[in-house]
Amino acid sequence: MTDEKKINITPGFSCPIPKNEYDKILLAHGGGGSLSHQLISKMFLPQFDNEILNAQHDSAFFTHGKYTFAFTTDSYVVQPIFFPGGNIGDLAVNGTINDLAVSGAKPLYISTAFIIEEGLPIEDLWKIVLSMKEAAYKAGVQIVTGDTKVVEHGKGDKIFINTSGIGIVEEGIDISPKNCKEGDVIILNGSIADHGVAIMSAREGLTFETEIISDTAPLNDLILSVLSLSKNIHVMRDPTRGGVASTLKEIALSAQVGIEIDEKEIPIKEEVKGACEILGLDPLYIANEGKVILFVAKEDAEKVFLEMKKHPLGKESRIIGKVVKEYPGTVVMKTIIGSTRVVEMITGEQLPRIC
Amino acid sequence: MKFVDEYRDLKSVKVLTKQIEEVVTRPWAIMEICGGQTHSILKYGIEELLPKQITLLHGPGCPVCVTPLEQIDKAIAIASRNDVIFTSFGDMLRVPGSKNDLLSVKANGSDVRMVYSPLDAVKIAEENPNKKIVFFAVGFETTAPVNAMSVLEAKRRNLKNFSILSSHVLVPPAIEALLSSSDCMIQGFLAAGHVCTVMGYEEYIPLCEKYKTPIVVTGFEPVDILQGILMCIKQLEEGRCEVENQYNRVVARNGNEQAKKILSTVFDTIDRKWRGIGTIPKSGYALKEIFKDFDAEKIFDVGHIEQNESNLCIAGEVLKGVKKPVECSAFGKECKPETPLGAPMVSTEGACAAYFHYGKNKFNAVHTDLVK
Repeated sequence: MTDEKKINITPGFSCPIPKNEYDKILLAHGGGGSLSHQLISKMFLPQFDNEILNAQHDSAFFTHGKYTFAFTTDSYVVQPIFFPGGNIGDLAVNGTINDLAVSGAKPLYISTAFIIEEGLPIEDLWKIVLSMKEAAYKAGVQIVTGDTKVVEHGKGDKIFINTSGIGIVEEGIDISPKNCKEGDVIILNGSIADHGVAIMSAREGLTFETEIISDTAPLNDLILSVLSLSKNIHVMRDPTRGGVASTLKEIALSAQVGIEIDEKEIPIKEEVKGACEILGLDPLYIANEGKVILFVAKEDAEKVFLEMKKHPLGKESRIIGKVVKEYPGTVVMKTIIGSTRVVEMITGEQLPRIC
Repeated sequence: MKFVDEYRDLKSVKVLTKQIEEVVTRPWAIMEICGGQTHSILKYGIEELLPKQITLLHGPGCPVCVTPLEQIDKAIAIASRNDVIFTSFGDMLRVPGSKNDLLSVKANGSDVRMVYSPLDAVKIAEENPNKKIVFFAVGFETTAPVNAMSVLEAKRRNLKNFSILSSHVLVPPAIEALLSSSDCMIQGFLAAGHVCTVMGYEEYIPLCEKYKTPIVVTGFEPVDILQGILMCIKQLEEGRCEVENQYNRVVARNGNEQAKKILSTVFDTIDRKWRGIGTIPKSGYALKEIFKDFDAEKIFDVGHIEQNESNLCIAGEVLKGVKKPVECSAFGKECKPETPLGAPMVSTEGACAAYFHYGKNKFNAVHTDLVK
C-alpha cells in the first residue's frame, strides 16, 4: 500500500453515500444480478480498494515466499435447510471448495461460522455437522477453525453458515478471464439447473414423478485432474447464482470477448425441464452447485474433454460453445430452432434463496 | 419433453418457414395479442426466420403492463398498512407505481408475499386470523377463474379476512379498441391461446366480421406461433377473414364451460382503464355486489388516486403496436428492467423487457453469419 493511500484513511471521516437506485436493501441486491454488481462496484470496491480485491477473482490470490495462495469466503442462507441431494452444511463446504478449485487452487483448509436461530433442533444441527464432515472428507480438506453465534427466535432463519477457505496454487497455473482467446472451446461438466430447481420444488412443495436432486458436489478432484493434464485452461467458473447465462456474460464482459453457445448442446434433465416449464423459469439462469464451465485452448480441448468424461462428475460433459472475435462483451446463442439471440445477465428476478 | 419438444422441433420449424415464404407476396403486419407469445417470439428469435415482408406487432396482452398506475398505488397503499398481509404474483412486485414499488414497501417492513396461486393466499388468511389478507388479482381471462375461485373458497371457509384487489382485463374489447383506433396498422391477429382455452373463440367472430380482420387462435411454442402466422398470412393473401384455431389441441370453440360459469358467478363486466391505452368500455372484471366483503377496494378506503405516467415512456404506443420498444429514447438507458419507467419493461411478458433481455437492440448491430 502506498503512503498516499494511507493518508486517505482519516478516522471519523465518512465519505458521502454513493448514489443508488434504492435507499434500502432489496432481496435482489443479493441475487447475483445487476443490483449485486452495483453494490460491489459502487460501495465495496472503491472503499476497500486494493490490488488483490480489484482483480475480482472468485478467490483472492496472494503470494508468500515462493508460494501463491487462494483465499475465498461465502455465506449460505438457503431455505429450506434440508433439500433433496443435500443440506446447507455440505452446500457450504462444497461451495467454498469449488470457489477455490475454479481459481486453479488445491483447497487445503476451511473455516466455518454458524449463525443459529434460537430453537433450532439440536438434531438438525447434528445432521448438518455430519454432512459437513463428510463433504470435507470427500474433498480432502480440513475444517480448522470456526465460530458460533445464536440469535433470538425470529431474528434469523434456522441457520446461516459462512465458510472461508484457503488453497495453494501450483506454479504455472494462471486462471483468469484475461487469458480468454478467440477459438477457446467452452466445456460444461453436465446438466444445468438441478440445484435451483431442487430447492424451488422443495420450497413450493412441488413433487414430480422423478425427484429432482441438487447437484451439490466438490469439484476440486475433477478440476485438478484436468489442470494436471493441460496448461492451456484459460478460465474456469462455477455457474452458481445467476446460472450459466450470467456466468458466461460475466466472462464475456471481463475478458471483452464474444461468446457463442449452442442451445441444443446444453444438457438439461427432462424432469428439470418440466419443472422449469411449470414454474416459468429459464434453466440458463438457475443456480448450479456442482457444475464448472471451462474455457480451454482449441489445441487442448479434446484431451481435456475426454479426461473430464472419465470422472464421475464429468461423465455428462459437453462442448457448449466457443470464443469468437466478433461482438466483444456479448453472449450469443444459437437456439434450438436455428435462430440466434443474445443472452443477458440475470436481472433481479423473484427467485427464492437458493444458496 | 413430451408435448413440448414437438413444438420446438427444428425440422417442423424449417417446413413452416418455407411454407410462409412460399405464401407471402406482399408486406403484412400481424399482431400477437399475448405477452406470452411476444416472449416466445423474442426468446426463440422467430422474427429472424420470417420473410422481411412480415412485421410482427406486439400487443397489449401482458397483464402486468396494462395495470394502471392508480391500481398499483392503491396496492401499495393497502400493502403499507400494519394490519395487512399483501399477496401477489411475483412480477407485479417490481412494477413501479408513481413513487415506489411493492418490493420497496416490503423492504420497508410491510408484509408483502409472493404466491404462485391465489389459493395460497386463502391459506395464509386461514393461518393468520388477526391479519387482513389481500390478493392482487391481475390478469386476463386466463387467471380470472382461479382468482374467482379464491373468493368462492374464502366464502366457503367462512373467512372474514380475505379480499382481492381486482384489476382484471379482457382481450376482445382491447382488440376492438385497437382495430377502431385511427392509427391502427394491424392487418391480422394471433389471438391468445390460453385466454381462449377458458373463453373459447366465439366472441371473436363478430370482431373478425366487423373489422374484416383475420384472427387465428394461437399457442405459445415456436411451431405454434409459426403455424399461426402461416394461417393468418394465407387468409390475408387469399382475401379471407375468418376466426381459425391453430391451438386446437387445447382450445375448444366454447372454451371451458365450468370456468366461464365461475366467472359469471363472481364477476361483473365493467369499464376498465388500461395503462398506456386509456379506458376501454366493458374491458374488465370487478367483484359482484354480493361479494363486496371480499372486495379490497370497498374494504380499504385508499381515497381517490389518479396519476400521470413518466413523459419519457412510450408504453402506450408500444402496447398498441404503433412503435417498437427500441424506438423509445429511454430504452436501455433511463429505462431498464432494474429501473423500469413503464410496465412493459417489468414483466418478462412485456415487449420492452423481452427486447432488452434477449438483446434485440444489440444483436441487430452485431449480427454475424452464425445462423448458417
